[in-house]
Amino acid sequence: MAAVTEAPPPLAPATPEQKPPPGRGRLVPYWLLLPGILWLLVFFVMPMVYQASTSVQTGSLEEGYQVTWHFATYWDALSEYWPQFLRSVLYAGSATVLCLLLGYPLAYLIAFRAGRWRNLILILVIAPFFTSFLIRTLAWKTILADGGPVVGALNTLHVLDVTSWLGITAGDRVLATPLAVICGLTYNFLPFMILPLYTSLERIDGRLHEAAGDLYATPFTTFRKVTFPLSMPGVVSGTLLTFIPASGDYVNADLLGSTDTRMVGNVIQTQFLRILDYPTAAALSFILMAAILIMVTLYIRKSGTEDLV
Amino acid sequence: MKTTTDTGGDVRLSGIGKTYGSFTAVHPLDLTVPQGSFFALLGASGCGKTTTLRMIAGLEEPTSGTVSLGEQDVTRLPPHKRPVNTVFQSYALFPHLDIFENVAFGLRRRGIRSVKKQVEEMLELVQLGEQARKKPHQLSGGQQQRVAVARALINHPKVLLLDEPLGALDLKLRRQMQLELKRIQTEVGITFIHVTHDQEEAMTMADTVAVMNAGRVEQLGPPTDLYENPRTTFVANFLGTSNLIEAEVDSRGGGDIVVKAGDCKLTLPEARCPAPVTAGGRLLVGVRPEKISLVHADDAGGIPAGRNRVTGRIAGSSFIGVSTQYVIDSPVCPELEVYAQNVDRDARLAPGAEVVLHWSPAHTFGLDAAQDIDAGVQDIGEEAA
Amino acid sequence: MAFLRRLRSRLVVIAGLLTLGYLLLPNVVVTVFSFNDPKGRFNYTWQKFSTDAWTDPCGVADLCGSLSISLQIAAWATLGATVLGTMIAFALVRYRFRARGAVNSLIFLPMAMPEVVMAASLLTLFLNLGAQLGFWTILIAHIMFCLSFVVVAVKARVMSMDPRLEEAARDLYAGPVQTFVRVTLPIAAPGIAAGALLAFALSFDDFIITNFNAGALVTFPMFVWGSAQRGTPVQINVIGTAMFVVAVLCVLAGMAVGNRRKRQKAA
Repeated sequence: MAAVTEAPPPLAPATPEQKPPPGRGRLVPYWLLLPGILWLLVFFVMPMVYQASTSVQTGSLEEGYQVTWHFATYWDALSEYWPQFLRSVLYAGSATVLCLLLGYPLAYLIAFRAGRWRNLILILVIAPFFTSFLIRTLAWKTILADGGPVVGALNTLHVLDVTSWLGITAGDRVLATPLAVICGLTYNFLPFMILPLYTSLERIDGRLHEAAGDLYATPFTTFRKVTFPLSMPGVVSGTLLTFIPASGDYVNADLLGSTDTRMVGNVIQTQFLRILDYPTAAALSFILMAAILIMVTLYIRKSGTEDLV
Repeated sequence: MKTTTDTGGDVRLSGIGKTYGSFTAVHPLDLTVPQGSFFALLGASGCGKTTTLRMIAGLEEPTSGTVSLGEQDVTRLPPHKRPVNTVFQSYALFPHLDIFENVAFGLRRRGIRSVKKQVEEMLELVQLGEQARKKPHQLSGGQQQRVAVARALINHPKVLLLDEPLGALDLKLRRQMQLELKRIQTEVGITFIHVTHDQEEAMTMADTVAVMNAGRVEQLGPPTDLYENPRTTFVANFLGTSNLIEAEVDSRGGGDIVVKAGDCKLTLPEARCPAPVTAGGRLLVGVRPEKISLVHADDAGGIPAGRNRVTGRIAGSSFIGVSTQYVIDSPVCPELEVYAQNVDRDARLAPGAEVVLHWSPAHTFGLDAAQDIDAGVQDIGEEAA
Repeated sequence: MAFLRRLRSRLVVIAGLLTLGYLLLPNVVVTVFSFNDPKGRFNYTWQKFSTDAWTDPCGVADLCGSLSISLQIAAWATLGATVLGTMIAFALVRYRFRARGAVNSLIFLPMAMPEVVMAASLLTLFLNLGAQLGFWTILIAHIMFCLSFVVVAVKARVMSMDPRLEEAARDLYAGPVQTFVRVTLPIAAPGIAAGALLAFALSFDDFIITNFNAGALVTFPMFVWGSAQRGTPVQINVIGTAMFVVAVLCVLAGMAVGNRRKRQKAA
């Protein structure tokens, strides 16, 4: 009975009739969750509902919009902007693959080969974050400038001939081509690939490599049969963390690309902020969200990794 | 927390039990731990001993029954209001505080201002005066263990609870710490309740041992009594090793029971058989391996009269220094264990040799045959718990 | 042959270092061009060395004002997201309750959503509610998308915490409040700090969501965006470089302190 005088549990307002057992109140978790979850419900879930409703409205800015269940907006949006959708998937997909190819050696290097340089390299991977990503993206304008050393070198090595043939560059230019956009996307989201890769590689017991070597595996076989499968959680979360933001990005396409490289993000942004055609913008954004959610779910199912959070 | 009279510090558990949903961790049990004693709760992992300890500490709320310290019923008191302290398994030292602050933690929480002298004295008691300003992870396992003891003892609890305190230490250090803890307990005179799965540890340290199995106390008493007079097969097997032979009661009289196992007749004192005895009824006859003498079959003539004897063949032997352990294949029991001191070794006692085992009837005990004969036998792999 | 074999064994190292170079190249360019004296409005081609921008970083209209707005928003968003996120993380790790799966999904979804989708839908909400776009709408949005990241960071730390530490505190006469303040909070602190740092970085550098919900207010990323259309002042590079250098120095100093502690431990 002396327990009645006990101070309330941390962070939980005491409810008057509650008989506190000598542990924790039953309602404590709900009190802890309440403010944050409420925030997400009001400012994350509710906007989605509003957006869904907006996407089936008709009307005009002057006369106001009415919900008329006008699903044709979806059809119109898709038939008009399918190239931008396709581009988003292609650019984001290429950037993700490039991130994996570029990021894996670096993550591997940090995890197994860096020795006492490990922390320094990790810092160097994270440090660019402290400079605004827009400033860094603008720097690519300088790096890829027409007639600059990078473009010159690519030209001399006939790389640009190949990329022109692939249709991702035009003539002697790199800037304002798909290649520049993909390069910018790859650059911007590379750390989001490296860090999860590093985390999962670092957890691998180095003795496993020795054991594989002891059991007659060549270094390459060791990588294929031991290291890579064990780093799968990192690969999965890295590709998701790269692909999802890249597919919705419009900054790279805008700063480094041209009107021919517009992605779905650019369309949503223009419809929403300049043309003020809210139903179309809402429908586009809803399609993008649905596409991403479906892809993510399928991908997670397939790779069998559930513990991403 | 006044001065204690003779019985004022007894820990009394009355009908205390704990269930989680449909699983019963501890069956309602009564237990009194006299003040100033060193009490051990012994059992395999999952037997309910730690839950019992946590209910005394207040970290677990009993489903039924009460916990009393002396005259005070503390069942409803939260842990921070109980004059009880715990030495946790793997110590639970606060990693963000140094050794001094770890030890001073309880004093400070009770609003005591000048803690320096007390903490220093306590660190001296556990021989860690030099380490006061180090962080826990800078100490060895044995040192951390002593900090955990000091951190609890400085509060002068009525009872000190120890939850597998030596489990994380290697064998040699564990032996050393057993003696150390025993010394500290004698010095401070506080009641210690010690939870362990290591029967040797319990027997070395405790005045009284309670053997727990599946949420029940199987038997309670001083270590020698438990060892010599186990009352259940679980205790017989869990505490050391026992040879249990299935037998049939032949006759009784003169304070002795005579049983028949195969074509051997064995005698045991009536006083050492807690099970009901009826002529023709079944009984388990037990004898500890070190009580048995082993002679080669050729020398069987030299065995004094009046001893229990069993014949067999040596199935295996292992030499472990002070003694040799033999496994005997006998018609009355497939695997009899015998420990023979290495005083004069008989070269003929090798696997395959025909032998006669003999022991004094006074060293024989009887158990109820209705029980599982293998209860409490430790399998390989169980030890890791 | 020996040379080839050595090259092959170093292949990972070489490839890794090339990637590192790719990552750092723009920062080098940003730094070099902070000393440029460009002809015309854009700072994309090298003209001649000058320290003008460094001696007068606020010399461009609205730049330092936007920087201060961004810092304020980032500070408040960090505070809000850290408090709310820490509470959720504790609830998730320490308690059993109904709707656990739903809560987990609600935390995960904002991280799996392209920014532009969240930005557009939030704007729809604000327009429908007739909210005045500006400081508060940006702050609300930033707390919303930083929240999940704080939860993840704190949760990882609290999960690795031994619950026996809190039991030990309660056993040693600390009441619930004291246990939380003296033991739980200090031990969870690194996770909370990591979450807060992440929230600050995300909020400070956010462009897409801010751009949708800012109204007439201009944050630092929005200023940079605007200048990409109108003309990029060298001062942008100065601020970018300064932030990079300060951050790296802070981290290196922190590491040096950590190393010294480690060495003391060894002694």
